[in-house]
Amino acid sequence: MFLPITVRVEKRLEIPPWLRLAVPVCSFLVALALASAVFAFQGLNPLAIYGTTFSRIIGTRIGLSFLVVKAIPLLLCAVGLVMAFRAQVWNIGAEGQLLLGAVAAAGLALFVMPEAPSAVLIPAMFLAGFLAGAAWALVPAVLKAKLNVNEVITTLMMNYIAAKLVEYLIYGPWRGKATWGFPFTDLIPGNAVLPTVPGTGIHYPTLMLALLSSGAVFVLMEKTKLGYEVKVFGGNPELAKAVGMRPAKIIIACMLVSGGLAGLAGVGELAGVHKRLMYPESISAGYGYTAIIVAWLARLNPLACVLTALLMGGLLAAGETMRTSFSIPYASVNVFNGLILLCVVAGEVMLRYKVKLVVRRSVGHEA
Amino acid sequence: MGENGAGKTTLMNILYGLYKPDEGRIFVRGHEVRIRGPRDAMKLGIGMVHQHFKLVPTLTVAENVALGLEETGFFLPTKKIEKAIEEAARRYGLDIDPDAKIWQLSVGERQRVEILKALMRDARVLILDEPTTVLTPGEKEELFRILRKLADEGRGIVFITHKLDEVFRIADRVTVLRKGRVVASGVPTSETTPRELAKLMVGREVGYKLAKRPKEPGEVVLKVEDLFAMDDRGTMVVKGVSFEVRRGEVFGIAGVAGNGQKELVEAIVGLRKPEKGRVVIDSHDVTGRSPAEVLGLGVAFIPEDRARYGIVPDLSVAENLVLKAYRYPPFSKGMFLDVDYIRKWSEELVAEYRITTPSIDTPAGSLSGGNIQRLILARELSTTPRLIIASHPTYGLDVAATEQVRALLLKHRDEGAGVLLISEDLDELLELSDRIAVMRDGRIVGIMDASEADVEEIGVLMSGAS
Amino acid sequence: MRPEVISSVLQIAIRTGTPLLLGAIGEIYAERSGVMNLGIEGIMAVGAVVGVAVSLATGDVWLSFLLACIAGVVMALVHAFASVSLYANQVVSGLALAMLGLGLSSLMGRSYVGKPLPHTILPRPVPLLADIPVIGPALFYQDVLVYAALALAFVSWLVLFKTRWGIMIRAVGEDPSAADAMGVNVYLVRYACVAFGGAMAGLAGAYLSLVLRPGWTEGMTAGRGWIAFALVIFAFWDPLKAIIGAYLFGAMETLQFFLQVPLGISAPLLGMLPYVATILAMLFAVSETLRKHIGAPAALGKPYIREEKVI
Repeated sequence: MFLPITVRVEKRLEIPPWLRLAVPVCSFLVALALASAVFAFQGLNPLAIYGTTFSRIIGTRIGLSFLVVKAIPLLLCAVGLVMAFRAQVWNIGAEGQLLLGAVAAAGLALFVMPEAPSAVLIPAMFLAGFLAGAAWALVPAVLKAKLNVNEVITTLMMNYIAAKLVEYLIYGPWRGKATWGFPFTDLIPGNAVLPTVPGTGIHYPTLMLALLSSGAVFVLMEKTKLGYEVKVFGGNPELAKAVGMRPAKIIIACMLVSGGLAGLAGVGELAGVHKRLMYPESISAGYGYTAIIVAWLARLNPLACVLTALLMGGLLAAGETMRTSFSIPYASVNVFNGLILLCVVAGEVMLRYKVKLVVRRSVGHEA
Repeated sequence: MGENGAGKTTLMNILYGLYKPDEGRIFVRGHEVRIRGPRDAMKLGIGMVHQHFKLVPTLTVAENVALGLEETGFFLPTKKIEKAIEEAARRYGLDIDPDAKIWQLSVGERQRVEILKALMRDARVLILDEPTTVLTPGEKEELFRILRKLADEGRGIVFITHKLDEVFRIADRVTVLRKGRVVASGVPTSETTPRELAKLMVGREVGYKLAKRPKEPGEVVLKVEDLFAMDDRGTMVVKGVSFEVRRGEVFGIAGVAGNGQKELVEAIVGLRKPEKGRVVIDSHDVTGRSPAEVLGLGVAFIPEDRARYGIVPDLSVAENLVLKAYRYPPFSKGMFLDVDYIRKWSEELVAEYRITTPSIDTPAGSLSGGNIQRLILARELSTTPRLIIASHPTYGLDVAATEQVRALLLKHRDEGAGVLLISEDLDELLELSDRIAVMRDGRIVGIMDASEADVEEIGVLMSGAS
Repeated sequence: MRPEVISSVLQIAIRTGTPLLLGAIGEIYAERSGVMNLGIEGIMAVGAVVGVAVSLATGDVWLSFLLACIAGVVMALVHAFASVSLYANQVVSGLALAMLGLGLSSLMGRSYVGKPLPHTILPRPVPLLADIPVIGPALFYQDVLVYAALALAFVSWLVLFKTRWGIMIRAVGEDPSAADAMGVNVYLVRYACVAFGGAMAGLAGAYLSLVLRPGWTEGMTAGRGWIAFALVIFAFWDPLKAIIGAYLFGAMETLQFFLQVPLGISAPLLGMLPYVATILAMLFAVSETLRKHIGAPAALGKPYIREEKVI
């Protein structure tokens, strides 16, 4: 016997505003609950971990500043990814593009113009970082635009190549003299170091750039022809072509913007945080990947990315705390990352469809 | 039988288990049944030939027949099928190569594969949804012969159509649907007349025709010269087509789908590179130019594949309406869009074209088929085009939307636009066109004045029968 | 190079290519049914750590492989649920799974880092055949899983192209609505194929941590999951062609160790080799696809929604 009820899935004509907020928030909470289960299963007390990390991060000035420092590269990368993802261009390469930005800044500060005054050197580093990140993104962009090569694979591979490039530089030609045998470059000169908010580690020039680019990408997407073309291309590439839009232009523009912004994040990490080129996994703690979550959690809205970047920044900061206080490997933070992204992307279905239970008035026998 | 949008296909999809009924009961051989999916339907001996064939193009005929068939062996399931196909071919005259890939077959051959699929599942009742729309007159005769044979064997045939002559040609009894309701049930065709059925079907006396003013042809707006184009697989499917469309006329192209019409249209609007020949719009040679350049000359394009070329489903109604105009002032200035102006203008279009939508911010993909077509028409026609290229503009629309579309096309013709109309629906072509060309196998095989054209002659030209 | 060196490069290349082959076979099935699973990198990592954990706990190497497979299936079902039942974006859902897998493996593996395994599976010569010069040791001095992976590739080719199931899988990946109309349960087929993909990726991970590089180190998959994903395109969704691709990539990875000293190129630069080769392979695949008119399954990446018409 079957119940006289039919499950019916209907497309929503309009999304109620409260739902737009409720779905990501609920997804986040469900993810947190699932992660707790994973930790408990691993013999760790999730409540103790959450309590300690929360009080250490939110409860202290150092913790809060740490959170913001983590949010800066996330915001820069995510805002660029928003544009690429709206065009259905899957740039998974922010990680590598960020590293290239760091390499460019290090090269400029250590070898090209170490003597230049800050007012020249710092803008020059950001410019070089943007260009380097964009150039790194250009390779998959052109392959996708001209030959339709799957960009997910090429951008991922470019991440690994970028990491190897950084390793090559720090073990080889750029290895510093005063590094006690560690494979690092020397420290960049003082005039290349980004200023910070006193008493914190927040390198505010990068923070300003990040906030600025979030606004700029919002305007770009909502008020300009290019942004409109990006949305149309992402929604229906065939139609975009039929009304005369140029896919190659759109793909390359998206990749250059997202690569460039990731490059800026790399400059911030190098000149604002580490002050030297070192292991690729130290320069970027997976910011390029976590930024994907920041973008998706913000439902591809560049302004909302500011909030989600802070949220995920907090999570990465918590990852550090877990490592130092509970000796849980830092990569475990990916448990949260993965669960949040899964829940958010699965939760989307609630936004697009209405699930209805329909009671049947007459029931036949089973066939 | 019933008009487009009367609910024929929906009803049959319920019988085949593709849609779930809200209420009501279904009986098979006197037993009430519940059909939860196609598998149940097949077990009950119900087979269906859909209007859009349910065949997997990259698989072979035998593989398509074997798909989902439980009686085949696990290994090499097609071996047994091939024998069965040959046997059925002999018995019913369904000649088909079991090893051919579906994409290599003609439309008529694909239909035969669909019928084979149903027969291999021993369908006692065979439902055919508008099976003749895609067939040439010759193939149609062949289909009728096969159906007769199946009926003589004791199988039930449900033949869905909106064409009166076919009902009297093939059916023993007829049920008429109008707007989702049965208005005549199981009437023997010997006891009714075409006129009576037509009246039941549309709910009013037939003979109604759109008032069409006599044509006042102006200068040539579109000139196609010796055009050649290839399909996606690199086969030449447009082979030296030449014609002219003048301002103030509707130039219809008749032909069975798959004879190069799609590629011809794409080559004209710039979606496909012509191999040879010239396309001239007004006095501009646009051969091989981009769609932007062609459409920029005042060309409206109402595409065949609305889902693919018609709308961006996730974007709002307003964003879809501005798709062609956004490039130009006053919709944009420099690199910026004038969002306020676009919204105001969209509200006006929604009202003018009677697009039923909750708001201009609703995603276009959630609108009904008729409203999507109204949206496309609003977008394409609001800019007073000089040339309108319309592919199957009323396909799948309900009666109201169909009439609105046809009236709009004629209105623009009267206002001096040239209209190129591609359709499979001969009635529509005869009703709207001033001149009709017939396309077969990539060539124009005849051009005639619509006032002098008759259906028989067009049918002969379409099928290539002498 | 001397014959012994060539022979040992080949031998190691085949071993190194084996996890790639396993991962690719599984992904071929998932993609043939229309579901792209970018999560195999994460599933491999989980498979690797589960393999080590079970091996250390029980000492039973076969049980380790089995449980790694099951862990892979469980992971893959998460992706199947999101992308098949909830129509989620497959790229994002797959990436999420990759992250989750990498995170889980790191969390679970924290107590196993650097612990030696009680046993491993060693290559064994096939009598007589292994004595053939050059190719003998390469082809016939291998561990049993290398042969098992080869046999799996062959069997999965057979199932895909010569059986009832194969027709169902290919139909679902090409045109799910046609398959649905013929009574094929599209959702079930997709779930099954994604689950099989997960089992293969789990197996690949266990091979990595139990045989190829015994023991657990964080990040030991090192992009092999992504490369297996790329291999699927390179192999044109055909398990037999994946064999060649996998061994070719195995060779790339192997060569970096053999070339370092004779060529005097630094390790990080040579380390780029497999990744650069992957990009080049994609270029090759694209040009071949254009030439031969063979493409990805038509419904790949598109969720199947059997919609109810609102009348």
